[in-house]
Amino acid sequence: MQGDEDQATADQGAVMESAEDTLRFSGPLGTAEAASLWPRAMEAARRGVRSIDARGVVSLSGTGAVLLAEVARHAGDAPIEPPGEHSAAETLKRMSDALAAAPAPPPPPRVGLVTRTGQLAIGTVKQCQTRVGFLGEVMLGWAGLLARPWRLRISELFRHLDEAGTRGFALCILLGTLIGVILAFQSAIPMRKFGAETFVPQLVGISLVRELGPLIAAIVLAGRTASAYAAELGTMKVNEEIDALSVMGIDPVAWLVLPRILAAGLVMPVLALVMDLTGLVGMGFVMQGLGIPPSMVMNSLQDWVSVGDLWGGLFKALIFGLTIGLIGCRSGLKTGGGPRAVGDAATSAVVGSLVAVVVLDGLFAIIFFRLGW
Amino acid sequence: MADNVIEVEKLAARFGSRTVFQDVTFEVRRGEVFVILGGSGCGKSTLLKLLIGLIPPAEGEARVLGNPLNRLHGRPRQQALARIGVMWQQGALLGSLNLMQNVAVPLEQHTKLPREAREAVARARLGLVGLGDAATRLPAEISGGMLKRAGIARAMALDPEILFLDEPSAGLDPITSAGLDDLITTLARETGTTFVVVTHELQSILAIGDRCIMLDKDAKGMIAEGNPRELRDNATHPKVRAFFRREVLEQKA
Repeated sequence: MQGDEDQATADQGAVMESAEDTLRFSGPLGTAEAASLWPRAMEAARRGVRSIDARGVVSLSGTGAVLLAEVARHAGDAPIEPPGEHSAAETLKRMSDALAAAPAPPPPPRVGLVTRTGQLAIGTVKQCQTRVGFLGEVMLGWAGLLARPWRLRISELFRHLDEAGTRGFALCILLGTLIGVILAFQSAIPMRKFGAETFVPQLVGISLVRELGPLIAAIVLAGRTASAYAAELGTMKVNEEIDALSVMGIDPVAWLVLPRILAAGLVMPVLALVMDLTGLVGMGFVMQGLGIPPSMVMNSLQDWVSVGDLWGGLFKALIFGLTIGLIGCRSGLKTGGGPRAVGDAATSAVVGSLVAVVVLDGLFAIIFFRLGW
Repeated sequence: MADNVIEVEKLAARFGSRTVFQDVTFEVRRGEVFVILGGSGCGKSTLLKLLIGLIPPAEGEARVLGNPLNRLHGRPRQQALARIGVMWQQGALLGSLNLMQNVAVPLEQHTKLPREAREAVARARLGLVGLGDAATRLPAEISGGMLKRAGIARAMALDPEILFLDEPSAGLDPITSAGLDDLITTLARETGTTFVVVTHELQSILAIGDRCIMLDKDAKGMIAEGNPRELRDNATHPKVRAFFRREVLEQKA
């Protein structure tokens, strides 16, 4: 700065001049002026300033005062000549004191790879422990319910059957029909090359009844119901309603969780069946368009799709439903504090449900293969 | 008058066919702590929302710094909003941001300050309300009183000319509440900011209020205007007397 003279003017008229080793401010120093002058003032401070002269400042906003205080700090606690105007001088003193009381937070500590890996491993183990613990609580709840079945809240069960089931029918009908149409078209194109389009009903029928019907219904349930369970229970947790139930001597698992899990388990086979039937109808329309009459489609289905396939698919759907209900409720009850935590719980419920359904589906595939189904 | 920062004329609020209040007329002078008081359900918070332009009046007009906020749009509205600050009843801090980031939000929206400057100003504002050491904490990690202080810090980020506070003392213990009252009077005295405070906390009203209006649910409008201490001592309206002399109500109950 020695011998250097520089001048900067903010858009609104505040002036900053650097002469020798003094940085001089004058005019009104409001928020907009401070924003305009900030980069050059900091640069000047870093280059080396011994004092700051603010005597020419006629009015000073809080932000302007912070600018002066920060320039002084960056210049190694250079002294400030306060503004001549009384209220501006008061503002400068007040904001300087406030800034001194709020030092810049230290940067977050660096965590090494080994530490992070260890933390991840510990976190995973703890998560597994809580999941197993929650499963145990639910099993105990079921046992208690079997011993005293009249304790099941029937009205609550019907509410969840309605919300998870009845209100999901329209979506399942739409998706089922579209899946049937898409599968029929996509399989008809390559099979026609071999003159085998008459086998499309068998292919689509078996795919839908054994696999896709339950799977797509599970995706619908995970998206609609698991997230709703997590958000509802999560909000109750944030509002301390869960704590209130506990203090009243009511087991939250029996009161809130079991009706939801039972409802999810009961509606899933129905949703899967709706998906199966509407998918077959959609496939039938495509076959009709390809010149294969409905009677032939029905005969093919009767020959190739067994009742065992249907029961296997519905059993899978039941297990998927119970799992989705369990994961949705667990995510809700493990919610932390604040609205963000409720969002996290809903996301965790959907993602967890989808992963669990796919893993379970893989296990079922292996089991059914071993059993020769 | 030239030094009136808020002018309210024959204001009415209705929800459907239900009238919350009507014929409300008052003005707020620059630099004063103005209190809107009344019992539960009399429309205090509705009046606050009308003043800051969140809901339109059914009748009448409210001008804040000369602007009817509910009728402004686009840039003029942004400029007018930058001149006021609002502290909500529960703080209304963004849960995913720490306190410093919360206070920096209006600075980011309304100024061209670089990031380091926004952080410095936000820290200074937090220091001003006694939260200098809590800058990196999340709203979920602090108490109700701290939430309200942080709400005031955010509302003051842009050096507003008017600060609206919705129930600043609600849900706080008497010591924290008294601390917040001290903070309001100190800020009003030192910064010259005009405060419009909605509250029904009698202690706070008497501690901080320069002038006040009282709304009443049954009268569907204003039933008193003046200095709260004078109203306590001299009011003739039975409901105003009952409100300010709470012990009489308790004896009757």
